[in-house]
Amino acid sequence: MTTETAGPLISLDGIQKVFGAVQALSGVDLKIHAGECLGLVGHNGAGKSTLMNILAGTLEASDGNLAVAGDELGKGYSVQDAGRLGIRCVFQELSLCPNLSVAENTRIIHPVLKGFGWQKRAGALIMEQLDLVFPGHGISPNDIVGDLTISKRQMVEIARAFTVTDTNIRLVILDEPTSSLDARVADQLLDYVGRVTRQGISVVLISHLLGEILQVSNKISVMKDGRVVAFKDAADFDRVSLVEAMGSTVVAGAAPRRDQNATTSAGEERIHMRPAGQPDDQSIRAREGEVIGFAGLAGQGQTQALLSIFEGHGVLPSGAQASGCCFIAGDRQVDGVLPLWSIRKNIGVSSLKRLRSGVLIQNEREQELADAWKERIGIRAPDVEAPILSLSGGNQQKVLFARALGSAADIVLMDDPMRGVDVGTKNEVYAIIRQEASQGRTFLWYTTEMEELDYCDRVYVFRDGVVSETLSGGDITEENLLQASFKQVSGAA
Amino acid sequence: MTPIGAFMRQHPWSWSFLAAFLTWAATAAYISGTGGLALASTALSFSTFFVMVGIGQMFVITLGPGNVDLSIPSTITLSAVVSMMVMGGSDAMILTGFLAAIAVGLLVGLFNYGLIRVLSIPPIIATMSSSFLIQSSAIALGRGVKIKPPETLEWISTAKVAGVPILSLCVIALAVVMAVVLNRTVYGRSVTAFGQNTRAARLAGVPIERIRYLTYSLSAVMAAVCGVFLAGFSGGSSLNMGEEYLLASIAVVVIGGSSIAGGNSNVPGVFGAALFLFLLVAMLNTFGAAAGLRLILTGLIIVGVVTFAGGRRESR
Repeated sequence: MTTETAGPLISLDGIQKVFGAVQALSGVDLKIHAGECLGLVGHNGAGKSTLMNILAGTLEASDGNLAVAGDELGKGYSVQDAGRLGIRCVFQELSLCPNLSVAENTRIIHPVLKGFGWQKRAGALIMEQLDLVFPGHGISPNDIVGDLTISKRQMVEIARAFTVTDTNIRLVILDEPTSSLDARVADQLLDYVGRVTRQGISVVLISHLLGEILQVSNKISVMKDGRVVAFKDAADFDRVSLVEAMGSTVVAGAAPRRDQNATTSAGEERIHMRPAGQPDDQSIRAREGEVIGFAGLAGQGQTQALLSIFEGHGVLPSGAQASGCCFIAGDRQVDGVLPLWSIRKNIGVSSLKRLRSGVLIQNEREQELADAWKERIGIRAPDVEAPILSLSGGNQQKVLFARALGSAADIVLMDDPMRGVDVGTKNEVYAIIRQEASQGRTFLWYTTEMEELDYCDRVYVFRDGVVSETLSGGDITEENLLQASFKQVSGAA
Repeated sequence: MTPIGAFMRQHPWSWSFLAAFLTWAATAAYISGTGGLALASTALSFSTFFVMVGIGQMFVITLGPGNVDLSIPSTITLSAVVSMMVMGGSDAMILTGFLAAIAVGLLVGLFNYGLIRVLSIPPIIATMSSSFLIQSSAIALGRGVKIKPPETLEWISTAKVAGVPILSLCVIALAVVMAVVLNRTVYGRSVTAFGQNTRAARLAGVPIERIRYLTYSLSAVMAAVCGVFLAGFSGGSSLNMGEEYLLASIAVVVIGGSSIAGGNSNVPGVFGAALFLFLLVAMLNTFGAAAGLRLILTGLIIVGVVTFAGGRRESR
């Protein structure tokens, strides 16, 4: 309020972090001023999340200094200290307790809410914040978190970080906050970030969506291989220079839309499925070699449709004959990762039958498979025997891609799988998807990112659990998608 | 010393063997003379039955939280009663009796699975309630009459070659096979995946329901086979013969270093733990400890193992 312009709010100096043999951070310097939004970008495994964990007190730095408002924080800086200093963090792997209600989860970070009626007060607190950040969110304080969709969980987690009781917030760290949010809700959040920074709260925003970063940040810091390689005013960056600074050779360009006449020559039909309760005669169809997009606002039944196809509903005999469907999870902690296993076993689990000779699984063959995919999709790990949990979030996601694409399945179901994946890798994966499709695989791809739909031959827009619109070829435009996503329920369709 | 330490840290099952050896050495030193060898031989004999049911229980526990087979004791009893009745003391009917026992195991497995699947009852409750039914069937069939086993079966169950029980050799072979099944077959991998994250395993293409069915059946069949040999070993079936196997079957899995949270198990540890459990009781008996103290120590040791094993996992 007074003369806080003097020094930075947060000052990191020579921060190092070592995990076993892996040097995750090798000397990071960073300054964050009050009321500033710092954008933090970099590849998967560049050290962004590790750095933020140190700032939030969940990890201890191996070396280096951390100062908040000029006060040096020594060893033993913990989450509780961070809380007292007004530092909040929304982690990439959400941290809400799934068995508790939204209100109860709010109480966890606000110990002052006690005595008679605390649940009501906690509920009111979180609702007020949710209304402020995400108007029209549709969440009730008594909802059990485990029953909410991943996007609603993320909304609760974000709103919770901004709630205030006894200590004022000074810094909120948002690690991939929009990865499960659709475009509309993501915009609400970015708006809100703009508003709070004007009130003097600092925000660190980690995102792989460079557009977001450029839109709301004042400063941008680019990380690569455990250090900061660029740190400038946001105005000095544009999309291209950011990607260059990250060291990516592939610049995101226009998506290679397949020419219209190619679609007609696609092969046999593999899927023909009508979502339960579909009011009209639209149905989901997919042929050999097609990439089909599922769009619409988050949580409108796209995941359920994928799961139902995974169970075999609507899969025609031609699609079921090989090995059926494989599934690439977006909610990787819940739906994907087998946490006790190595990278090798996590990749091999969907191909076990092919890795046998006789009745025994041949570990060497599994290793060949894992090595080949580690190479092809660029998993950053010393070798495939490393535990999967030693990888960063984006790299774990790559393992899930490798698991599915390495299997024999002809139909690949993708549940918004690019959460936490960096730009360079995304482009590589897009290329792999195109390549695999041209070899006859069918992809069904639910995505919350508009630009990914450019890779699809046909897009089904979902609303309220059913298909509200089918778009193909040149009709797949942002305008048409938004219109179909929000279309009012009028008397006759 | 450090390479040994490193080995033991990487192979949690080695602790149970070390513990078994130490208890044996302590007891052997106390009784002195050749009693030690005789003790080792007896330990092999008795541990055989723990290992049989322990392996089945281990697969069930690997499936993850809430998965435990409480119907093992009653299955042992029912299978012993049925097989002894079928054999009727005649050597010619041994094979038929065995098949009958296996059929009992398969039925129990199917029934347990049915309760879990169709009625969506948690496994621990399902197997507990089915164990009442199974025990009642055994009582109704056996009427408390002890039927003697055929001579050949009795011989197989008790014979020793140079002090090593034949049955124990068979169980070692079984343990080796089961270790391969756990680590190198599609079924074993699927069980391990199931226990780590059932939903993720299903979405990775693991046939969850089939694996669950096979695992509960495997456990019941192992218990059934154990029942036949136990009847041969102890001179016939009795209605309370399975009693001590309820806690023992779970204890050997846990002491053997398998994770009670599921997804991470090993077979050798079951063997080491079975030896240890028997030798511990033998040691306390030799030292003249009262029955109460024995139970307290066994309990404390299990708590100790679980705490220790759990702590190690977290620091990973």
